[in-house]
Amino acid sequence: MIETLGLRYGYPGGAGLRFADVRIEQGGTLLLRGPSGSGKSTWLALAAGLLTATEGEMIVAGQPLRPLGGRARDAWRAGAIGLLPQKLYLSDALSVAGNLALVYYAAGLPVDHDAIARTLDALGVGELARRLPAQLSGGQAQRVALARAVLRAPSVILADEPTASLDDVACESALGLLRQSAQSCGATLVIATHDRRVAEALPQAAELIFSSQNGINPASMGPGPL
Amino acid sequence: MNTVVLSWRYLWARPLAAGLNLLLMTLGLGSITFVLLASHQLDRAFERDLAGIDVVVGAKGSPMQLILAGVFHIDVPPGNIPLADVQALAKHPQVAQLIPLSLGDSFRGFRIVGTTPAYITHYQATLAQGAIWAAPMQAVVGAQVAAATGLKAGDRFEGSHGLGGGGDAHGHTPYTVAGVLAPCGCVLDRLILTATESVWKVHEDMHSGDTPLDKEEREALEAEREVTMALIRYTTPLAAVTFPRYVNSSTGMQSAAPAVEITRLLGMVGVGTRVLQGFGAVLLLTAAMGVFIALWSAVRERRADLAMLRMLGAPPWKVGALLLCEALWLALLASALGLLAGHGLTAVAGWFLQADKSVVVDGWQWVPREVWVPVAAVGVALLAALLPAISAYRVDVARLLNAR
Repeated sequence: MIETLGLRYGYPGGAGLRFADVRIEQGGTLLLRGPSGSGKSTWLALAAGLLTATEGEMIVAGQPLRPLGGRARDAWRAGAIGLLPQKLYLSDALSVAGNLALVYYAAGLPVDHDAIARTLDALGVGELARRLPAQLSGGQAQRVALARAVLRAPSVILADEPTASLDDVACESALGLLRQSAQSCGATLVIATHDRRVAEALPQAAELIFSSQNGINPASMGPGPL
Repeated sequence: MNTVVLSWRYLWARPLAAGLNLLLMTLGLGSITFVLLASHQLDRAFERDLAGIDVVVGAKGSPMQLILAGVFHIDVPPGNIPLADVQALAKHPQVAQLIPLSLGDSFRGFRIVGTTPAYITHYQATLAQGAIWAAPMQAVVGAQVAAATGLKAGDRFEGSHGLGGGGDAHGHTPYTVAGVLAPCGCVLDRLILTATESVWKVHEDMHSGDTPLDKEEREALEAEREVTMALIRYTTPLAAVTFPRYVNSSTGMQSAAPAVEITRLLGMVGVGTRVLQGFGAVLLLTAAMGVFIALWSAVRERRADLAMLRMLGAPPWKVGALLLCEALWLALLASALGLLAGHGLTAVAGWFLQADKSVVVDGWQWVPREVWVPVAAVGVALLAALLPAISAYRVDVARLLNAR
């Protein structure tokens, strides 16, 4: 479940963003649509607790974010959020399995090797566990990054432009995997995208439309069902 | 997976940079270890050899030469002094103990020293085998001499004229080894000791040639008998004020105070030690800069990895600790390698010095001051890593999330 009320974020230096109110039930899908630089990634960062709203409240996975302090927010993010950034950030120093083990390291938990193997298998990249990220194709790397995002069955999956550089076939399969992964752990799925194909592939999704005007971005709720 | 393992992986993810930094730090720490070890052992050797010798009396010349020749046996003596004068000095009220030394011959580069058994008891040396000489032409050999030449009790050997080796052999007056000293860590280790009379006998026989001496000639020779120098211990510390002046002005001999000369010597040699220490410090500083640059560029290159850790919920301190731990790995590896290299270098230097029949320096000895090597390494590495770690601590995750 995600809910925002009068959400605003001001970057240091003046430019401010105002976001329309949103309410998405647990397990639902939300598309953040709009051109680059219209505030989609900022919304994602706010939802992940990486930024703090200057005004308004945001409740993600049942947790109001404003009262959370830095340490509590890190701990909350480790358990509740699965992030799939546009740049995948797989560490070249570690194998695929090692990259997934970082999830447990970051959360301060013992590594669950079975879960890593199961998740990689589910995404069809089980045999790549010992490879280094540099040895993966773009599609394989994205699957590995997705595996990292869903490894601990988060309540919310935040994906930033997951289809940006994919052809139609790859785009469809990437979206399919995302939805499938979200469904299998009952997660709310948020996708920031400027890609029309995503909206076409996910007609049931709620939409939050971003536009840029005078440096202020009045985001509004789109046509999809809430 | 924990911070220790992960930082190790991160360190060796860039093997060339890690290897070069390790090498730099190892060189710095190795040279510091070497200087620490060598200077400590040389100081100790000096102290041990000097202990209980208040003044050395010998022929006029350079006082430092007298000390180097008489106490450490690493220089030639300035000349000889008449036995009668030394005997007179022994009766001086301020002299508690007088050990005469007669130099002139050597065996395979090891000096043969004519003296009294008091020389052995002065250094509290003990016998490993055999006994102290009971008659002229019997000798006691030091531990290092025995090891190098294979001499053992009962063996016979011929001294050769001169201190350096390669002189004429005293063929018809061979020595018999009466005993071998246990290693004492002092100058006796590399000496062959015998009665003063042996040295006289060897040389009087040499000068006489093959014709036996008649009584008159022998008396004349005996009246002219000399020793090379005398090591003297005072009855009272006050003697240090008056005794040297008495010797220098009232006799044809000179006195040299080891404490004064050694201070002077270390003042000169000390420059070298300080230069070496300075070199080590510069190397270590370079190494520290290397570690700093390595970690700094690691933070820049690994910004993404570190940001990802933050995205995955790692607290900032964990990300900073990861970098500090990487620096610690470098420091520990460099300490181990540096200590090893320093000891190895000292062992090599010791081998050369030993071959030179000079001071004994042991590479496989642990000096308490060496604990400062890892301490310095860890300090330098942590200091170098501090800024990168803080930068990692503050990495702006939200901005990196926007990266394309």
